[in-house]
Order: sequence, then structure tokens, then C-alpha cells
Amino acid sequence: MTDVSTPLSEHMGRPSLFGSPSGRIITLIFMVALLVVPVISHLMGVRLQLVSLDFGTRLVCLAIAAVSLNLILGFGGMISFGHAAYIGIGAFCVGIPAYYGLNSGWLHFPLAIGACTLFALVTGAICLRTKGVYFIMITMAFAQMAYYFFLSLDEYGGDDGLTIYNRSVLNIIDLENKLVLFLLCYVLLLLSIYLVYRIVNSRFGMVIRGCHSNEARMKALGYNTYAYKLTAYVIAGAMCGLAGALLANFQSFISPDMMSWPRSGELMFMVILGGTASLFGPVFGAVVFLILEETLSAYTTYWHLPFGILLVLSVLFIKGGLNGLIQRGWSRG
Amino acid sequence: MLDICNLKKSFGGVTATDDVSLKVEAGELHAIIGPNGAGKTTLIAQLSGDLAPDTGRIVFNGRNITSVPTHRRSHYGLARSFQITSVFMGMSVIDNVSLAVQAHDGHSFRFWDHAATQASLRKPAMEILQKVGLAGRAGAIASAMSHGERRQLEIAMALATNPTFLLLDEPMAGMGIEESAAMIEILKSLKGDKTILLVEHDMDAVFALADRISVLVYGRIIATGKPGDIRKNKAVRNAYLGEA
Repeated sequence: MTDVSTPLSEHMGRPSLFGSPSGRIITLIFMVALLVVPVISHLMGVRLQLVSLDFGTRLVCLAIAAVSLNLILGFGGMISFGHAAYIGIGAFCVGIPAYYGLNSGWLHFPLAIGACTLFALVTGAICLRTKGVYFIMITMAFAQMAYYFFLSLDEYGGDDGLTIYNRSVLNIIDLENKLVLFLLCYVLLLLSIYLVYRIVNSRFGMVIRGCHSNEARMKALGYNTYAYKLTAYVIAGAMCGLAGALLANFQSFISPDMMSWPRSGELMFMVILGGTASLFGPVFGAVVFLILEETLSAYTTYWHLPFGILLVLSVLFIKGGLNGLIQRGWSRG
Repeated sequence: MLDICNLKKSFGGVTATDDVSLKVEAGELHAIIGPNGAGKTTLIAQLSGDLAPDTGRIVFNGRNITSVPTHRRSHYGLARSFQITSVFMGMSVIDNVSLAVQAHDGHSFRFWDHAATQASLRKPAMEILQKVGLAGRAGAIASAMSHGERRQLEIAMALATNPTFLLLDEPMAGMGIEESAAMIEILKSLKGDKTILLVEHDMDAVFALADRISVLVYGRIIATGKPGDIRKNKAVRNAYLGEA
């Protein structure tokens, strides 16, 4: 057995935040456009919904949620069909205190993250005892339980939802200013992506990727896979809670519908469309998903049909989602 | 070192492990042979913790591990390789082995520093790859490797957990003659250093390597002894070798 052994340093590279060089450029342009287009259109008073600041803010909030879902769905292989529950819980952690006149953001955001952490810990501890289809169904069941719970709270509007009259107060960061709110959301999106980048390349991240790839082997190697998966599940839930709190601030209106199961399905679709287990894929997915929804629904009330067909085609024919397409370059589909 | 007492496991009406008792002494290479469907893999699965036996006891280094979960057994020094190659397909060879090293380098609730830049994982991983002859392939993605190379990687990952005891489930399965020979060399180099329980179909390999052999037929051990004795054993010849 002779070996031309390669120097160790060759196998100790720092993992890249982006993919191929061409992919890096496209990703950068895309992320800059996501920041610049809504801001410019706002400052210039452009009245086109697709480039508006409102649309941009909603997009960025949902992108944070998709990025958080990707951590467990894409990297960890935990197909959660109940991720919108965290958006809803995060939103109600803003809405309910605001209803009682408690407007401090220093209360809202930690409360949203804390409540989602707790919800993820309790439900995750149960869900992760199951696998495959059962996991998908039980995550959805817990999300529906949260949905019906908030639906039954008549005090907070029940089915009709709850209007938030004052946005979260964060000292000098004035969220009543739409531009400031958008910028805050955008910065938090970048932070979420960076956080996921650090996590998935850390020792912990290698473990959850290993669990996705081959859990039996991970156990045989000596990992308590359950504990690591649960931790990832909780981190994703907490991140998504933040997205929910931001979305509530943006909409100034919340309702249990934010956490109904179709919303969870939409988040899954953003992740899958954009490319699972990629850093920017969920953002691409969220953008394309919302733009398609917006454009198609302007043409016809039956927009779900062409929308569905497009999504099916994209999943069937674009390997690795939009991110895969971007990383490979545009030459081949 | 490993003491299996009256182990039983049935699936419905089929008794896959039927009152198996076996002692593996420290430092020996003990082989288990038997025809297809004899319950070899079921036995391995109970030893590694993937299956719970119906009755019986497994004692490892004086500790009763019958109901200890798989991941803890690994920390007691028990490592296994899988009959069906079980590596992390999307990862590079060095990542595969590093992840195995990491399992025994403290907890992994470390969320920030890049794992790929840590010499404490990469260096031991590289040393093990050298030992099994895969150092030149460290950067290759597991899914792009040949079957034989993956089998070597499989062994490398088991070794990376720094075990005292190796459960090897058909390491030569599906290998060509040359690859088998290379694997036999690897196992020879491990002999004496590690206690090994080897399940294998390749008779040449078993008789070349084993200190003792147990023959499993229909879930029962019909004979245990030195290779020479097993070769001469009538019951074994009837049940197994005669057919081959």
C-alpha cells in the first residue's frame, strides 16, 4: 500500500460562503438588488407593487423564515411541515403585548424568540421521536394545534385577527419609519444567513449534516443524534420566531392564518425551489415564489393553477433548485 | 472481553438469534461464519445496539450493555462497520473520517468555529487514512469512490473512534480479489492491537485471519474452535462448508 500522501493543509480549507466564482457574482448582485431596488423605488416614489418597499419588506421577512427552515430541512434533513407556527407565535408575541399597550421591542423580540424556543423544544422533543412521513405529519399537527389555539382566543380577535396600532419601540431604531423597518429586516436577513453559514460549517453543523446523510452511522460513531437534531430544531424555531415578530411589525396586523398549514407549505416550497442545503437558496426561493405569486394573481383569480404547474416543473427539471442553477451558471438547465 | 449470554431474538415466527452464547477474548480475532440467513447481521445489530434482544445479556469489559443505546456503546470502545457500505456519501473522505474523530473529541455543541480548519480533527483523520491506504484520496467525495475504496473508508471511520473492539460486518462484501487482499492486509495490521469480531463470507479471508471461528446456522452456534478444528468438524461440513 503505497501512498502519495497529500499535505494536510490541502484538506483544511475554510469553507466558502458562496459557491462557484460566477455563482458568487450573481449572488452578490442579487443580494444588492434586494436591498437597493425597494429603497430606490421608495425614495423615488415608484408605484409598482413588485419593486415597492412593502413588497421588499414582506419578502425579506419570509426569506428569514425560509433560511431558518433550510437549517433543519436542507442541512438537517428534518422535513418540518409546521414551520409557519413559529411565524405566527412570533407575531402574536408582538401583537398581544401591543394590545395591552406594552410596546417595547426589547420585550417583543426576546419574547418571540423565547416563546418559539420553548415551543420548538417541547414539540421537537416529541416530533423527533418519529421519522419520515410521521415526522412531517406530526410537525404539521403541532402547528395546526397552535393555529387553532390562537383561533380560539376571541379576546385577540380570533379568526378576524388583531390590529397592531403601534410598532415595536426600539429606542433610536424607529420602526414606524418604513425604510428603517426594511433596513432592519434586511440586516437581520444577512445575519441569519451568516449565522447559518457558521453553524453548518461548525462541529455542530457537521453533526446535523451527518445525521441527514446517515443517521445510523452517526449513532454507531457515538453521537447522540437526538440531542443534536433537537438543538438544530430549536435554533431554527427561534430564528423563525424573529421573522414572525418582524412580519407582525411590518403588517401591523396579525391573524392565526399566518400559521395555517398552507403557509408552512409555502415556506417549504421556497426552500425547495431555491435549493436545499445552500446558504442563499432559500432567499432566491422566497423572491421567485413571491414574485410569481404577485404577478400571476394580477392576471387571473385562478393563478394557483399556472403557479402550481411552474413549481412542479421547476422541481422536476432544475436540479439543486435555483441555487444549483446559479452555481452551475446559466449554460445548462 | 465481550461476553454474550443466551441471546435470543425473534421476528414473528422466525428465530434469528437462538440462544447464542459466545465469549470473545481480548486481543483475538474471532470470526463468525454461516450460510446466508443464519442471523449474522442480526447478531451484529444486537451487539452494536441497533436491535434490542428479546432475552439474554451482553457484557462488555465487565459492564452489562444489553440495554445501552448505540451511541454510548461507541464511547465504551465498541465500533462497527456495516455490511452495506454506510458512509456519508456527499462528504469528502477526510470529512467522513473527521466526523468520526469528532465523535470522540468532546461534545459537538460548538456552533461557530469551522470544523474543517481544526487540526485536532484533521490530523488524526489523516493518520488513519494513511493507515488504511486512502491518504491519496482524502479530497475525493465518497460517492465518487469505487466500492473497494468505500469499504476501506468504512474501516477507517470505525478506527477513527479509537475503539478497543471492532465489529466488522462483512468488510470484504462485493470486493474483487485485489481489493480483498488489500483488506486482509489492513485487518492483519489491526490484529492483536484490537479485539475483532469478524463476520465474513470469504472463507479464504476467515481462515487466514481468525484465531477462532464460530459457526452460526439458523440462529444457533453449532461449533466454536480454532480454524483447523472447524475445518474438520463434521456438523460444520454438513451445514456449511460441504455446500460451498
